Amino acid sequence: MDPIVVVSNLDKIYASGHHALKSINLEIRRGEIFALLGPNGAGKTTLIGVICGLVRPTAGSVTADGSDIASDYRAARAKIGLVPQELATDMFSKVWDTVSFSRGLFGKAPNPAHIERILRELSLWDKKDSQIVALSGGMKRRVLIAKALAHEPRILFLDEPTAGVDVELRRDMWAMVRRLREQGVTIILTTHYIEEAEEMADRIGVINKGEIVVVEEKQALMRKLGQTTVTIGLKQPLRTSPSDFGERPMTLSEDGLTLSFTFTGEGGEEDGGVADLVKRLAAKGVDFKTINMNRSSLEDIFVDLVGERS
Amino acid sequence: MNFFAVRAIYMFELARSRRTLLQSIAAPVISTSLYFIVFGSAIGGRMTTIDGVSYGAFIVPGLIMLTLLTESVSNASFGIYLPRFTGTIYELLSAPVSVFEVLLGYVGAAATKSIILGVIILGTARIFVPFDIVHPVWTGIFLVLISVTFSLFGFILGVWADGFEKLQVVPLMILSPLTFLGGTFYSIDMLPPPWRTIVLFNPVVYLVNGFRWAFYGIADVTVAVSLGLTAIFMIVCLGVIAWIFKTGYRLRG
Repeated sequence: MDPIVVVSNLDKIYASGHHALKSINLEIRRGEIFALLGPNGAGKTTLIGVICGLVRPTAGSVTADGSDIASDYRAARAKIGLVPQELATDMFSKVWDTVSFSRGLFGKAPNPAHIERILRELSLWDKKDSQIVALSGGMKRRVLIAKALAHEPRILFLDEPTAGVDVELRRDMWAMVRRLREQGVTIILTTHYIEEAEEMADRIGVINKGEIVVVEEKQALMRKLGQTTVTIGLKQPLRTSPSDFGERPMTLSEDGLTLSFTFTGEGGEEDGGVADLVKRLAAKGVDFKTINMNRSSLEDIFVDLVGERS
Repeated sequence: MNFFAVRAIYMFELARSRRTLLQSIAAPVISTSLYFIVFGSAIGGRMTTIDGVSYGAFIVPGLIMLTLLTESVSNASFGIYLPRFTGTIYELLSAPVSVFEVLLGYVGAAATKSIILGVIILGTARIFVPFDIVHPVWTGIFLVLISVTFSLFGFILGVWADGFEKLQVVPLMILSPLTFLGGTFYSIDMLPPPWRTIVLFNPVVYLVNGFRWAFYGIADVTVAVSLGLTAIFMIVCLGVIAWIFKTGYRLRG
């Protein structure tokens, strides 16, 4: 598929000696929602910083929609919008002014109709004449999003967009992200809320200690690395595990009342899975009272990959 | 050329002054007026003329210079330091703008403010003391040149400073003393001999004298030297700024 952002052999070593990015290669596809996951200090913000022009790479290159971010920075940056992690705002500016400022800064002629549309979509319209200092944290976050969208970017970076954001804003924000995607905007986000990446993203990249660990379609990632655990509560305790269950890993609890099976892959449906298992148990005369299925979440997969919680 | 960006930065900076009109315009005008009342009217009346110029009129160019230097530096330094301090600089760094456009916006706005302020103070001075300007065109040239040069210097200061204290230190502890000792209130000839030589190492002496020459056609030093020094200082500032953007010093990680 046609990539819109291409990161090649990107390295960043800070003056302190910290090796934040280690030979990163990454392609973001046009029009997708890409979630970048990783624990604190993994290099997420540095990677976004390099692509957006805030951080100077030590080596390697990046192109945005075909334009090199260094040699052709004007064309590259004009297509990129960034919502930073920190709530950095011009406190004494008014909402309308600061969003219009952003549009001008990115080289676009004034377009009040566009600014109005953004402010309305983000429920900021009735605050347009308010000073930013008077707004709540959630409203300030909306202002930052409005600023990033003011110049109609084709690529939008959202760095931890939902950190410390209330439920309503989070819902609004995801609705807006989906709307933007329908308009063909490519969205790259980092998040601590893995369930959000699970719900929103088309593809997921995991970065750890400055290296890309895995980049995969969300479904494929879940299929490849996910596990389903089936727990069966027995009526009568068993003394030994029943045989003839193939290669399937199985454990019997100490009291002999619980059997656990682990399927790799998304649901274990492919090889007959749970249904087959139940039939075999019945055929062996093993009576049971409960069946519990537990699918591993993206979070579990993530923990397996990086060895710690995000 | 990203014209819209230059305009956005320029207008944003001027809007910042409009919000702080008292601090940006009224405060310097009031303090300069006090100088005119105390030195021009009260004390000046008891002093003889200097090279045929009344004392009240003699101090006008120096006092305007004092305002131009301190205001250019503080306006420009604050303009670029504030976004660094609040973090909003991310937007400038991620925008499709060149060094030249950034300078045009920030330094242009700071210099514009200084020039407006200089003209206001000139008008205010005229209320207190009568004087005629001999070389109005040169007065204008000096006004613009010095405002731009010291706004460039302020921009560097704003990038270099890592705290509000450093921002204040340079205008208060360096520029003000140099201006006061740079012949604002006296002619170099009025000093005892060793000081006449020492004071020539103070660059502000050349600025004040060049400006005074534009006003009254009198100066303690050659005007060409004044212009030359200003031009050199401007080129040095431009060089430093080019280096800042090339290396990303204190701006890009």
